Amino acid sequence: IGVDEKSLISILTNSNEEHKRSLRKGSSKLFIEDENGFERWDQSSIKILKHQFNRFRDAVVLSLLHPWERDARLIEKAIRKGPKHYNVIVETACTRSSDQLLGARKAYHSLFHHSIEEHLTHIKGRERKLLVALVSAYRYEGTGVNEDVAKSEAQILYEAINNGDKNKLLDHEDAIMILATRSKQHLQALYRHYNQSYDKTLAQDLEGEGILKDTVECLCTPQTYFTRVLEAAVKEDADEESKRALTRVIVTQKEQLVKEGFVPNKIQDILLGLNKDFMLASIASGDIK
Amino acid sequence: MATLTVPTTVPSVSEDCEQLRKAFSGWGTNEGLIIDILGHRNAEQRNLIRKTYAETYGEDLLKALDKELSNDFERLVLLWALDPAERDALLANEATKRWTSSNQVLMEIACTRSANQLLHARQAYHARYKKSLEEDVAHHTTGDFRKLLLPLVSSYRYEGEEVNMTLAKTEAKLLHEKISDKAYSDDDVIRVLATRSKAQINATLNHYKNEYGNDINKDLKADPKDEFLALLRSTVKCLVYPEKYFEKVLRLAINRRGTDEGALTRVVCTRAEVDLKIIADEYQRRNSVPLTRAIVKDTHGDYENLLLALAGHVEN
Repeated sequence: IGVDEKSLISILTNSNEEHKRSLRKGSSKLFIEDENGFERWDQSSIKILKHQFNRFRDAVVLSLLHPWERDARLIEKAIRKGPKHYNVIVETACTRSSDQLLGARKAYHSLFHHSIEEHLTHIKGRERKLLVALVSAYRYEGTGVNEDVAKSEAQILYEAINNGDKNKLLDHEDAIMILATRSKQHLQALYRHYNQSYDKTLAQDLEGEGILKDTVECLCTPQTYFTRVLEAAVKEDADEESKRALTRVIVTQKEQLVKEGFVPNKIQDILLGLNKDFMLASIASGDIK
Repeated sequence: MATLTVPTTVPSVSEDCEQLRKAFSGWGTNEGLIIDILGHRNAEQRNLIRKTYAETYGEDLLKALDKELSNDFERLVLLWALDPAERDALLANEATKRWTSSNQVLMEIACTRSANQLLHARQAYHARYKKSLEEDVAHHTTGDFRKLLLPLVSSYRYEGEEVNMTLAKTEAKLLHEKISDKAYSDDDVIRVLATRSKAQINATLNHYKNEYGNDINKDLKADPKDEFLALLRSTVKCLVYPEKYFEKVLRLAINRRGTDEGALTRVVCTRAEVDLKIIADEYQRRNSVPLTRAIVKDTHGDYENLLLALAGHVEN
């Protein structure tokens, strides 16, 4: 997945018409013989190329931007694009440090002349309450967790999920409050207690609950969340959105990925080769991803 | 406009520290000296004094003051000596520990500070209490009060002057509907008050009055005993005309049998460097008596003297 611009440029500027024609004739996946006597570019291949160039552009822009502006823009775009993208809001609000999230809120003011909370009012769905609470958080980041409170709050969540109406979870004031105000250390302790007390993880119990599950994972087990996103991106039949997620995660989590090494090898190779993939080599071999 | 006055030539920080140290030494305390110094230094200068005092004498100035002073005067000095962000954190923390009247203090801090001042208070809260302000507010308030206060203390409002008049119309209508249905703690009401910029809220409320005839606060007076409604009305005041809010707090604090020193101390301390002049003007307009005269009438001793110093009173 990627574009090697340097090679592309050097090859194309050094080619003459003959050379280019033999290139076209040799790439049966990209060019097809048209009945009117020329090698026509296959439509679907153009689309793929476009996506690849876009992803490269996104990677460059995302990398260059100040993290605050980057995160503000990610959030704004996600709000605009709708429910399928709300996980990006959760991801940004929950996996950044408290000060980074604060910075994103400031950048949002400068860029969009509104607060994030205001723009979230455009969301009509029930996710709004949770999302507003998550982006407004300024979590304590020190150590020191009250284990008793963590345990009792694990119970509150358990009851909300198992005894209450699962459809009403997003409206459960206490659950949202716990997830949106407690420190990450506290929530991780809560996660452990939940597991010990109920023989399953909080994430498992939230299977199918969309952004609630994303929220819990991002706060308590971020590597699980990111691994899931990355693996979806490199699957054979991954859609364009999933592939874009790859760029986003790799750029925003680069230090974490390289440091923690919790990334499957497949992705590590791609991470290293992001700017080295030879599109032309792919053309020559007739193999495009 | 601030009322705090700082001398044109300020003594050096070490001189100030030395004088303060002298004020504590020997029998009794020289309160006048404390008032002369601390009562005429701004936040930055006070921070420097505290830092230097600790470095020079190995003791926190606040601890020394705590030992030497008592009662209302001590409370005023200690609150005043703090950095505004720390002060707000302390006031907020106290408010989460007591009963309903302190919901008002939480709302006051959330709504009358600038977006960045509220942020600094939240940061100071982390440092001082090892928790987040939102956690404590969430866990010490309930029901409708929590529903309103949590978003208020978590807000980071846009501070520009831009206003969307169409939106103001829509939201004025929305508020009017909810109020007519007595749905005072409805999600939308809370959302408008807790997320919109102050300029936008102002436009919305102007439109409300134009369109429906009454100030929104008049319509929110349906039940005079309802405490949530009272908090809602105060929230509106704090957001669009804080000086009127503070004038009322002062008026109630001073005119009561006895005086509510807590409120008086809090308002003077937190506004002396911000807009106490405007509040005092409003006070005079509303009560036909200058604020300083009311303070003289109702308080005495060192407490009175420091209040007057902070309120910019000049001896005749």
